[in-house]
This record gives sequence, structure tokens and C-alpha cells, in this order.
Amino acid sequence: MSAQETTTTGFMGWIDKRFPATKVWNEHLAQYYAPKNFNFWYYFGSLAILVLVLQIVTGLFLAMSYKPSAAEAYASVEYIMRDVEWGWLIRYLHSTGASAFFVIIYLHMFRALLYGSYRKPRELLWIIGVIIYLVMMATAFMGYLLPWGQMSYWGAQVIVNLFGAVPNIGPDLSTWIRGDYVISDVTLNRFYALHFIIPFVLAALVFIHVVALHAVGSNNPDGIEIKDDLKGNRWSPTAPADGIPFHPYYTVKDLVGTVVFLAIFSAIVFFGPGFFGVFLEAPNFQPANPMVTPLHIAPVWYFTPFYAILRAVPPMYDSQFPGVIAMFASILIMFLLPWLDRSPVKSIRYKGKVTKVALGIFVVSFISLGYLGMMPVSALATVMSQLFTVLYFAFFLLMPIYSSLDKVKLVPERVTA
Amino acid sequence: MSAPGVNQSRRRLLVAATTAVGAVGVGFVAVPFISSMNPSARARAAGAPVEADISKLEPGALLRVKWRGKPIWIVSRTSAMLAALPTLDPNLVDPNSAVAQQPDYCKNPTRSLKPEYWIAIGICTHLGCSPTFRPEFGPDDLGKDWKGGFFCPCHGSRFDLAGRVFKGVPAPTNLVVPIHMYLNDTTVLVGQDQGAA
Repeated sequence: MSAQETTTTGFMGWIDKRFPATKVWNEHLAQYYAPKNFNFWYYFGSLAILVLVLQIVTGLFLAMSYKPSAAEAYASVEYIMRDVEWGWLIRYLHSTGASAFFVIIYLHMFRALLYGSYRKPRELLWIIGVIIYLVMMATAFMGYLLPWGQMSYWGAQVIVNLFGAVPNIGPDLSTWIRGDYVISDVTLNRFYALHFIIPFVLAALVFIHVVALHAVGSNNPDGIEIKDDLKGNRWSPTAPADGIPFHPYYTVKDLVGTVVFLAIFSAIVFFGPGFFGVFLEAPNFQPANPMVTPLHIAPVWYFTPFYAILRAVPPMYDSQFPGVIAMFASILIMFLLPWLDRSPVKSIRYKGKVTKVALGIFVVSFISLGYLGMMPVSALATVMSQLFTVLYFAFFLLMPIYSSLDKVKLVPERVTA
Repeated sequence: MSAPGVNQSRRRLLVAATTAVGAVGVGFVAVPFISSMNPSARARAAGAPVEADISKLEPGALLRVKWRGKPIWIVSRTSAMLAALPTLDPNLVDPNSAVAQQPDYCKNPTRSLKPEYWIAIGICTHLGCSPTFRPEFGPDDLGKDWKGGFFCPCHGSRFDLAGRVFKGVPAPTNLVVPIHMYLNDTTVLVGQDQGAA
């Protein structure tokens, strides 16, 4: 890079001799050249970081008033809601933030599906992303126990018992996770400790994700590697011709996205934080009671697609383990995505009809499974769940076939407007 | 990188040996941390056996007690309920209790020590919800063939009044009968039996 990377005089000069502040700023912002054709779908990476920060900050302030004990947890959440100044706002920001985080991440992942952002050389970037998603789910799951409502309690009961289905070691494993024979004060206390620390692991993973992104460079809606064409742009003679500096161009663009996001987010926080019983479920307004199971147990919406897959698989050989395997497989199969896609092109813009239909079926399946996972069990719902489970897996498992057979369009040499 | 006079193979061996000893050390240090997550002495003590007085239990009714934080059901079965049990056999997954979900002394048609009293852990074998007690015959929501039993509201599993699971529901096995013994005609001890004195 020819541009000056360090200053030698003044305050920044003093700093730069001791810490590479200007160098880092340039490498990751002012002289990080991102493709100039980013569209709507490229908002969600920066929004995800925004929501992670929001969750950490609101979580910290909730922790100042929350009591992680079975006797006091439920009352302390009510105390935050009623007696702590602005406590209701901080709590609703945190609870709505959790759902917003998943909405953003699902859109962020869908963007990768659309434009082949998981393809070579971004396989590791994608894998780090899937790990982030898994860690996020663990964090959200443990956080959901903390209000100690009926759904917190019974949801955790169901999920921890999934580990009990593992052959041989299952019962001991689930006892070890709970630290007791049932979900109890002990479980709540340890989930609180983990819920507090894991977000920092998440922040570290996000850092690694961004470092990996800036090493390989961003993909774009055309799926063209702009780094293959280093003819220079008006900022640097050795930069990609189709690249523009992330700052100020994309920082300003992302600010617009942030404003729109915060407008929608605030509307939910202030006017409907329960979001029709989807973000905050009705049974969670009753304190946890180990002796009474709610009539209908469903995890929060962001887990329901996988929960529907769990319920779709019938027990085999006197064991519900196959359903548990199917549920975990439905998430872990994402790790293989970079090697399942055999298409000669990356972006959906240049892929053929079959791939577009497959992606459409996948989206419909995922959303339908999410809906079915919230519904009570019925014969029809089970059959539908089974159908969509098959389609969900078919999208991945048949991808090597349809992606290599599908007709593709000619990819232009330079990105399009 | 090889400096003169350096024995590379000895250096490799030392590095490997140091790494191995270090890894074993990490393994040992992990034990206390992992073990600290097991149930504590207090949690284990809370899992001690419980006594239940069944002298006031009406025929056809269910008594709940708590053992290890789990609901324990004590069901007093009427003769009509007991008579219905064998008629359900063709619709059950495991009518003869072949799977070890009960102590050997309860591996019988009524899955109990005394036919009129049935004792079980009230947790569905599917995913740990607590099924509801539905002793009535032929209610509207469960169908006219229903001869009393338990219905799990979470995922729709059905069990008869001996906790035997019906075919075609998510739960894979019959409900668990815990170890128990009668101290006298009206007192039952759950969590201990003659075998484990």
C-alpha cells in the first residue's frame, strides 16, 4: 500500500510509534477497499455488531439489578420492570434485542446464500460465521432461562433433556449440565454465569470473523473477485478498480441502515415488546413451577425451525435420539455448504432456474418449519413438518447435483451497477 | 533453522515430551472444574427418599409428591380401571413392560407392587414434560376409546393408567416407575426398596 501508513509528528505521531493506530484505521476502514456494488443485503453485518454491543451494554445494566436465584429471579425481573428507573426500557431493549439479533443474522446468512459468499476463498469466513451462530444460540438459550418464568423453565427442561437422549452417557450428561436432577437454582446460577461470559467469546469471534473478511476481501452481489483486477482506482493505483474505501462510503451507507433499523426496533420496543407473544411468550409471565407443565411448550421463535425438525422425526429403536441427531444435523450441515455448492458461478444473479427454485423451496421450508415449531402437535402439523424437513435437507444434500447440472449465465468481468 | 551443534532429534523429543506432560497436566486440572458442575452434596441429599401417606387417597384419584424435584404420582386405581388395562394391550408399544422402565418387582401387567396403587415418575419419556391425569372414560377431546390415562400436553403423547405408552405418539417408552416399597398398609417410601437397604 503506497499511502502513508503512519504519521511521525504530533499527537498521532507519538501514538503511532507506540501503537499502530493509523495503520489499523487505514487497513480496516479508510483504505479497506470494498466492492462498490453493495446493496440492501450488505447492511446486516454492521447491524449485527450494533445489536451485539446493544445486548452487552443492556445486559450489563440488567445484571446490576437481577438476582440469579430460583427464589428471587422472577421477582427481580419484575422489580427491574416496575421499580428500577428506566428498568423497563433496558429490559425490553435486551429482550427485543435478542430477537432482532436473530432476524439480522438470518438475513445476513441469507445474503451469503444469495451471493455465494461462502465459496472459495471465503470458506473459513463462513465457518467462523456458523460458529458465531452456534455460540449465539447457546447464549440465547441460557439467557431465556434467567427470567425464571414457566416457559423459561420448561423450555430449558426440554432442551437439556435432548442431551439425555444420547446413548449410554445421556442421563449423566444432562444431570451434569443441570448440576441437579431437575432444572433448579443450581442450573439457573450457572446459566447466568455462562450467559454473562459467552457474549465476550462472541465478541472475540466477531473480531476473528472481520479479520478473516478483510484478509479475503468482501464478496458482492455479482460474486466477482474485485481483487483479481488491481488496475487501481482514484485513491490508489494498486487498489481494485471496483473497490471504494469502506470509510467514508460504507460507514455513511451503514449509518442510513442503522437509522432505519433503529426506527423499526424502537417501534417494537415501545409499542409491542412482546411482539404478539412471539418475542415474549405468555407462559413466561407466570413464575416457574416444576410441578405444572404449561399446556403448550415451544421455544422462542428463532429456535422453532430446528424444534420442528426434532418433532418431525419419530422415535426409532425405542429412542428419540434420531430426532435429536436430525436437529443437530440440520444446523451442522451448514458447515459443509462451501463444498456442497459445485456451481461454476457464485452469485444467484448468474445461477440457473433450478438453483433459484431450490433456494426458494429452502426459504419456504425454513419459514414453514419455524411456524410449525410454534404450533401444538397435530397429525397434520407432523406430516407437514416431515415434508419440510425432507425439503430442508434436500436443499443441502442435493446441492452437489443440481448446482453442477444447472445452466449458468455468463459472469461479466467487472461488477455491475 | 538448524544452528551448528544442535541435536535436532533430541530437541524434538524434549518438545514432544514437554507438550505431552503439559497436556496431561491440563487434563488433571480440568477434573475439579468439570466435577464442580456435578450435583453438589446438598443436591444429592435433597434427592433422598420420600414417604407418602396414602390412607386418604380416594379410589380413582391421584396424589402428587415431590422426589428429587420430580413429580411422583400415586394413583389409586378402581376395579373398572384395572379391568380396562388388558383391553388396551394391542394399542400399546410395550404392553408387557419389556423395556426396563421399572424395577423388576413391577414388571407385571399392572406395573405395580399392589394392583390398586400405581406409582410413577410423572415425567413424559419424550422430552420431560409432566403429562396431565385424565382418568375419565371417553372424554370428547381424547376420543370415546379413551379408558383413562395420561395425556402429555407438550407433544401429544398418551399413556394408559399403568403408564404404558400408546402407539403412534412421540414418547418412545413407558413412564418410569421409581424404586419404592410399602412401609405399612398406608405409607409408601419412594426412592428406596428392600434391595437397597
